[in-house]
Amino acid sequence: MADVVVEQGQAVRAARARKPTSLRNVLGRKSTVAFFLTLPLILLIALLVLYPAVYSVHLATLNKSMQKFVGFGNFLFLFKRDTFWMVVKQSCIFAVTAVFFKALIGFIVAHFVHNIPAKGQRKWRGMLLVPWVIPPAMSTLAWLWLFDPSYSAFNYTLSFFGIGPINWLGDNVWARFSVILVNIWYGAPFFMIMYLAALKSVPDQLYEAAAIDGANWWQKIWYVTLPMMRNIIAITALFSLIVTFANFDIVRILTSGGPLDQTHIFATWAFKVGIEGSDIPLGASVSLFMVPILAVAAIFILRDVSKRGNEA
Amino acid sequence: MSTLAIDKAGPSRKVKYGSMSRDRAWALRWSYFFLVLFAIFFLTPPIYMLITSLKSSAEISAATNPWWVFHPTLSNYVELLTSNQFLRFFWNSSIVSLAVVLVTMLISVPAAFALARMKFWGSATLATGVFLTYLIPDSLLFIPLFKMLAMVQELTGITLLNRWYVLLFIYPTLTVPFCTWIMIGYFASIPKELDEAALIDGASWLQTLTRIFIPVALPGLIAATIFAFTVSWAQFLYPLVFTTSVDQLVLPVGITTTLIKGDVFNWGQIMTGALLGAAPPLIIYAFLMDYYIAGLTAGATKG
Amino acid sequence: MADVALRKVVKRYDDVEAVRGIDLDIADHEFIVLVGPSGCGKSTTLRMIAGLEDISDGDIMIGGDVVNDVPPKDRDIAMVFQNYALYPHMTVAENMSFGLRLKHYPKAEIKARVTEAARLLDITDLIDRKPKQLSGGQRQRVAMGRAIVRNPKVFLFDEPLSNLDAKLRVQMRIEIKKVHQKVRTTTVYVTHDQVEAMTLADRVVVMNKGRIEQIGTPNELYHKPATRFVAGFIGSPAMNFIPCRLEDVGGTLQLRLTDRIAFALPPARAARYNALPRTDKLLLGIRPEHLTESHAHLGPGVETFDTVLDVTEPMGMETLVYFGLDGTPVCGRVDPNAGATDGAPMRLAMDLNNMHLLNEETGIVL
Repeated sequence: MADVVVEQGQAVRAARARKPTSLRNVLGRKSTVAFFLTLPLILLIALLVLYPAVYSVHLATLNKSMQKFVGFGNFLFLFKRDTFWMVVKQSCIFAVTAVFFKALIGFIVAHFVHNIPAKGQRKWRGMLLVPWVIPPAMSTLAWLWLFDPSYSAFNYTLSFFGIGPINWLGDNVWARFSVILVNIWYGAPFFMIMYLAALKSVPDQLYEAAAIDGANWWQKIWYVTLPMMRNIIAITALFSLIVTFANFDIVRILTSGGPLDQTHIFATWAFKVGIEGSDIPLGASVSLFMVPILAVAAIFILRDVSKRGNEA
Repeated sequence: MSTLAIDKAGPSRKVKYGSMSRDRAWALRWSYFFLVLFAIFFLTPPIYMLITSLKSSAEISAATNPWWVFHPTLSNYVELLTSNQFLRFFWNSSIVSLAVVLVTMLISVPAAFALARMKFWGSATLATGVFLTYLIPDSLLFIPLFKMLAMVQELTGITLLNRWYVLLFIYPTLTVPFCTWIMIGYFASIPKELDEAALIDGASWLQTLTRIFIPVALPGLIAATIFAFTVSWAQFLYPLVFTTSVDQLVLPVGITTTLIKGDVFNWGQIMTGALLGAAPPLIIYAFLMDYYIAGLTAGATKG
Repeated sequence: MADVALRKVVKRYDDVEAVRGIDLDIADHEFIVLVGPSGCGKSTTLRMIAGLEDISDGDIMIGGDVVNDVPPKDRDIAMVFQNYALYPHMTVAENMSFGLRLKHYPKAEIKARVTEAARLLDITDLIDRKPKQLSGGQRQRVAMGRAIVRNPKVFLFDEPLSNLDAKLRVQMRIEIKKVHQKVRTTTVYVTHDQVEAMTLADRVVVMNKGRIEQIGTPNELYHKPATRFVAGFIGSPAMNFIPCRLEDVGGTLQLRLTDRIAFALPPARAARYNALPRTDKLLLGIRPEHLTESHAHLGPGVETFDTVLDVTEPMGMETLVYFGLDGTPVCGRVDPNAGATDGAPMRLAMDLNNMHLLNEETGIVL
C-alpha cells in the first residue's frame, strides 16, 4: 500500500518536472519571496519615514506661505531670536539632566530590587514599572493636578513643614524643575527594568570570586557590575537621550512651554510655531535642529548594537 | 609560608562570616526602606488620580486634606461612562489601536522572517535601517507629515486631515520598526535546523512562517503585540496635530482638549478620564507583565 | 527506495572548496556512512544530497534522476538532524505527520503510518507529548519516526547521536540498525565517530579535506586501509606509525626500526616490498593489538623486542602499554596478567603478518 502512494508521488513529480512554468520558478525563488515579504516594510519606511524626513528639509527652505524658496532664511531668522537660543539651552538641560537622573535612579532602584529575596522581586518590579506603563499624556495630567496652583497637593503637604507655597509651574525655575521631575518619574522605571535584566545576566560566580578576592560591596559594583553592564547602560542612556530630547507630551501638557516660553523644548516649540502659528517651514526648521544630536546618539547606539551582534 | 597564610585566614574568616550575614541583614533592611521610598515616588500620581476621581467637585474645591476621600462617590465615573463624547474617544482609541496592531503585525512579522532567515541582497542593510527608523522620533516627522497629508488631500480629494483613520497609516511608523526589530531577534534564535526540517517536510517559505515560526516565536509575538498596542494607545502628538473635531479624537487628546476648557478645570472628571485612559495598558500589563517586560528589554538585548 | 549517485560534486564557498569533486554510488537499500574529522565536507555533502545546499559543480542523482535543481521537498528524502529539530509546539504525532499533512494525505492514511512508525520505534505511549517532555533518546526516536512515516526514497542522518550521552548512543546505534533492517530504506549517515561508522555501515566513506580517502566495508577499511589518514582514523586506540627503512641483510629483507631493533620480514611481505627503493622514507603501520606480550608459542612472522614501558592503562579485559621507539610514542595491547608495570622493562611481540608499510611523504599504504 505504501508503495502505491510512493508511485503516485513520483507521478506527480514527473508531471511537475515536465512543464516547468517560469513564473512559478520566479515566484518560488527565495529572493523573490523575501522581496514580497519585506515590500510593505520598505514602502512604509520609504513613504512615511524617509520621505517626510527629506521633505522637512525642503519645507525648511520655504517662506511662511510656502510659495518662495528662501534658502537658509528660516535658520538665519531663528539664530537672531532669543527664544530659539533659550529653547536650545532648555532642550539640552532638560535632556541631559533628565537622562542622568533617570539612569542614576534606575540603577539604584534596580540594585535594591536585585538585593531583596527573589520571590519578592517580581512584585516590586511590577509596582515600580507602573509609571512607564501609564500613557504619559494621562500621568502628566495627574502631575498637573498635583502641581495645581490653588489646590496643589504638594503645597498642602509642604505647608506642614513650613515650606511654600511653591509656584510649581508658574515660576520659571520651578517650572523647569517640574518638567524634568515628571520626565524622570516617567523614564526611571525603564532604566530600572533594563538594568535589572542586565544585573540578572551577571553570573553569581563572578561575585563569589570577587568576594573571595576580598572585594567589598562598593568594589563589587565598581569592578564587576559596572563593567559587565557597561554596554547596556550605554545603550539605554543613548536611547533615552533620543526619546527625552524629542519629548513632547510632558512639556506640552504640563506647561505648554510657559511661563514665557521658558520650558519650551524643540518639539513643543516646533508645534507652537509650525502648527499653532501656521508657519510650517519655520516649525520644520526648528525640529530639524534635533537631527544632529539624534544622529550622534544613533551612531553610538548602532555601534554598540552591532558590537553586541558580533560578540554573539 | 603557606601554613602561615592558612593560620591567618582561619580565625579571620570566621569573624567575617558572622559580619557578612549581619551586613546582609542590614543591606536588606536598607533595600526595603529605599524601595518603599521609591515606590511612594513612583505610585503617588496614579494613586492621586484614583483619590481625586472618587471626589465630588465640592470636595475638591473645599480646603480639606487632598490625600483623603471623605465622601467617596462614583459620580465622575458615571458621568464619563454615560457621556457620548467620552465613549466616542474610547471607541476611537480602541479601533485605532487594534487596527494598528493588526497592520503592524501584518507588516513586521513577514519582514522580520525574511530578514532573519532569507539572506538576500541588502538584507543586512535593511535590518540596520529598520533599527535606525525606530530611533527617529515622532516630533521630527509631524510637521512634514501634516503637510504631506494636506497635499495628498488636495491632489486626490480624499479627506485625510481631521479623520481618525489617517492615524492607521501614521502609527505604524512608530510600531513597525521596533516590532520588526524584536521579531528578527526572536526568529533568529530559532535553530536553523527547524526550518530545514520544515523545508524537507515539504513546507513552502510561507508555510514555514505560519506553521513553524509564528507558533514557536509566540512569546515574542505577544510581546510585540503588547508594544504596538500600548504605543498606539498612548500616542499623543500625531492625533493632536492631525485631528481636531471632537468626534475624531482619541482618548489622550480628547481628555486633554475637551475636559480642560478655559480656566474651568473639572479635576474630578479629568482624573477619572485619565485613569480610564490608563486602564487598558495597565490591565494588559497586570496580566501579561512578563511578556511586557520581555518586549521592553528585547530591543537592547536581542539582535 | 532508490539508489543515489554523486558525480564529481563540488561545493565552493567564495574561494574555499569545501567539497572537491566527490564520486559516490550508493546502492538501493544500502547503509552508507560518511565519516571524517570536522570540516572534512561530510555534512556539506549530506546537505547537498538533501538539497539544503546548492551544488557548485557536478551532478547528484536520486533514483536515476538528476536532482541538482530540485528543491528538498520534491526530492522525496527525509532527514534526521543532530539537534533533532522537532517542532516544539507540536505533539509527537503532529511532528511525525507534519510532512504528510502538508502533502494532504488522507487522515486515515496519516494515522496508520504514524501508528506504525510509533510501534516500530516503541514510542506509542509518547504520541501526545510535546518534545519538551521527552528525553534525548526519545526525541531522537521521534525524529526518526518523522523520517520513517514519510516513506522516503532516502534517509539522511546528520550526526544524529552526537547530543546523546555515551551509553544512550550505543543503545540508539543498535536501534537505528534494527530500524534499517526493517524498513530497508537507502541511508546516508554522517558522523565523526569512527565506531558509529564501523558498527552501522554497509560501506563506510572516509572523507578528509573535502575529498574521499577511501570507500569500503568496515572490515576492508580496518584491515586494508589505503592511506595513512584512513589507517589512523579507523580503529581505537589508533594505529602506530613508526619510522623505518628496508635493508638487505644476507639475502633477506629486513625492516629496521631503530639502531637496536630490526626484523626479518615474513616471506609474503618480503616479496611484496622487495621492489621498493631502499632509500625511501617509510612508516611501519601496526595496530596496538598486534603489539602484545611475548610468550612461548609465537607463530611465524611474530618478532620480539625489549623495551621499557612509560605508562600502562589497565582497561580490564586488556592493558594498554605505552613506550617509545627512538622518540616515537607507541601503544600496545597486552594481557592484563602479563605483568605490565609503569617504568618496567617488558618483552613485546610484534605480529608482522598484520603490518602495513606506508610511504611517509605520500601517506599511501604500499
